Amino acid sequence: MTARTILRIALVVFVAALVQGAIVSTIYVGGGTADVLLVTVVALGLVRGSVVGAVAGFAGGIVIDLLTLDTLGITSLVLTLAGFWAGRYAETTLHDRRVAPLVAVGVITPLAALFAFAVHYMLGEDVVARYALVTTLAPALLMNLVLALPIYALVRRMVGVGGVDQRPAEVELVV
Amino acid sequence: MVGCLVVLAVVLISLSFRSESSGSVGGLQSAGASVVRPFAVGLDRIAQPFRDGYDWLDSLFGARSEAAKLRAENRALRQRVIQNAFARQENVYLRKAVNFEDGPRFPNDFNAVTAEVIGRPPGAFTQSIVIAAGANDGVRANDPVVTVDGLAGLVTRVSSHTARVELLTDQEAAASAIDIRTGASGVVRHARGTRETLVLDRVRKEDVVKVGDEIVTAGWKTGSLSSLYPKGILIGAVTSVGQTDTDLYQQVQVDPSVDFGSLDAVIVLVPKDRLAP
Repeated sequence: MTARTILRIALVVFVAALVQGAIVSTIYVGGGTADVLLVTVVALGLVRGSVVGAVAGFAGGIVIDLLTLDTLGITSLVLTLAGFWAGRYAETTLHDRRVAPLVAVGVITPLAALFAFAVHYMLGEDVVARYALVTTLAPALLMNLVLALPIYALVRRMVGVGGVDQRPAEVELVV
Repeated sequence: MVGCLVVLAVVLISLSFRSESSGSVGGLQSAGASVVRPFAVGLDRIAQPFRDGYDWLDSLFGARSEAAKLRAENRALRQRVIQNAFARQENVYLRKAVNFEDGPRFPNDFNAVTAEVIGRPPGAFTQSIVIAAGANDGVRANDPVVTVDGLAGLVTRVSSHTARVELLTDQEAAASAIDIRTGASGVVRHARGTRETLVLDRVRKEDVVKVGDEIVTAGWKTGSLSSLYPKGILIGAVTSVGQTDTDLYQQVQVDPSVDFGSLDAVIVLVPKDRLAP
């Protein structure tokens, strides 16, 4: 990966985190908000692989936690795993299919919400499961799915594709 | 690599969760927040005209019904102003007569620090905002935050130029409150499962609370201890009152006077005695 690509990835993550923290988080539609940063991290994982996805998730999470003065590391932990899962998904199965961003965002959004809920719960924060996992998750999932393809296309255009094709060219069966 | 990042994130959570905002991690976060803040403020200013446009369009649709409602409210308020003037005179006289000592009163005992809202944490786990005023502006943790409509929340974390405000709709927020008409007291909390509804909890069954009653902060004081919120800040109006035979307390639902979904700017109340030499 070139320095220019790394710089572009950093820029994409930084802007996505700022947009999420300063604008998107304030826009409630149907009781929930979209998560532009999560979708961006998933898109980065899909186009650049699991390691880039994880690093992007970690960095984006740090920016969000700094911006919102939240407990440092929570968003990073969630997004690191989200980026990694998206990257592994691209490396192992469906990276060349058009529905890949929709499938990845559709699966990772509820998993990330569930994981974040578990982390907050373990930290002793009083979180209502129905509100966090039903009331707000359904509209958030819908909005993330709407954003998935445009953001994936934008990310793909900005940082290019690479590092995801780790499938073996041929398989030898040893009997 | 990924394992290292996960471990690093867990270490950060552990350190950040344990440390106070003035500790080493708090200092690091404060410095980081100062670096990120100009970008967030810039982005917020770019987005503001679009938000204003949306709000303007939104208000156009409800303008007629809103005007009728405000006229009726205005008539009721005029009558109440006269009653309040009498009550105030009587109050001043009685306080002097009994040498009454009181906690800090709103707004006379506070300086107002007006701050722009520059962010919100994503997700449904906290109801909070980040404001563009911090320790350098005199803001400290546990300072009450209001808007022109009423009580908004409490400062929970402070960096040099920003602060995090836990809104009254957060699951962990609570404020002691009273019904201004009857004096019935309770604790205002977030109503579970919704984003912008409050409940007045712990209201005894024998206390009288009616739909439409206004709920304000109680601002109690016991010895050297006092409520974080000063007395008399409007919280909202009662929308429903119910009770069952099995419950110990009444179920009182409160519609907050503040629109928590569209907070653009807030006022942090900084006690005047903090600034005194």
